Amino acid sequence: MARLTRDPIDHQALTEAVRSPRCGAVVLFLGTVRDLTGEFVTAYLDYEAYEPMAERKLAEIEAEVTRRWPAATVAMVHRLGRLAPGEVSVAVAVASPHRAEAFDAARYAVDALKELVPIWKRENAPDGTGDWVHQSAKPIPGGTGLPACAAGAQAGRPVPPKPDPDRGTRA
Amino acid sequence: MTHTVRLFARGRELAGADAVPVELPAGATVADLRRALAERYPALAGLLAASAVAVNHDFAEDADVIAPADELAVIPPVSGG
Repeated sequence: MARLTRDPIDHQALTEAVRSPRCGAVVLFLGTVRDLTGEFVTAYLDYEAYEPMAERKLAEIEAEVTRRWPAATVAMVHRLGRLAPGEVSVAVAVASPHRAEAFDAARYAVDALKELVPIWKRENAPDGTGDWVHQSAKPIPGGTGLPACAAGAQAGRPVPPKPDPDRGTRA
Repeated sequence: MTHTVRLFARGRELAGADAVPVELPAGATVADLRRALAERYPALAGLLAASAVAVNHDFAEDADVIAPADELAVIPPVSGG
C-alpha cells in the first residue's frame, strides 16, 4: 500500500495487511481532523508533503520499528490534500505476537512521523483565513537521526520523540 | 553555480514560488546556502532560521558540502499527523 495518498485511507485494508496468525495483537492508530482547537474552528485542513522525502522517512520509521520490535509488522499511510473534520489524515497499523510491543511500536511510529516526516498542515477557518502549522520554532537538531530512543548508537544528536501540542488533529 | 531550492508550506507562500534559484560557489556548504537564501529572499529569513535543510531527501548538517546535482529543500517545522 502506498505510504502517501490523496484518496481516503483504507484503514481496514491497512490493518489486514499487517495481520498474521503469529500475531495475537493488532493496534490501529487513526489521526482524524479535529473541528476545534482551543477557540480556533477548523473548516478544513490542507496537507502538503515533500513527497519523495516523506516516502523515504516513512520507510525509515517502519524499518526502525522492525529493528526495535523484530516480531512486529508495521504499515503507515498519510493522506494529502484537503480534509474535512472527521476524516482520517494518518493511519498506523502494527501487529505483533503480544499487545505490549504492538502499543509501544504504534506509539513510537506516530511520534516519529510527527517529528521527522516532511508533511505540513494548513488550518483553514470557516471565514477563509488560516495558516500553516509550523509550531516547533527550532531546527531539527542533528539532521539525519531518528528519535534517540530508537536511533540507539546511530550517529547524530539525540532527538527524543515527544508529542507536540496537537493542532488540527487528534494524532 | 545556480542551484534550485524547493520550498514548502509557508516557505512556498512567503517566496511566492515552490522553488527558487540560488547562486553558490563550488564547495559551498549548507550554512552557505542558508546565508545565500536569506540574503536573496529576505522574506524567508525568519522561517529559514527555524527550518531544516534537506539534501537529496535527507536532513543535512550545516557543515555538509553541496554537490552540483544535489536536490535541495527547505523543511519548515513539520506538522503531519
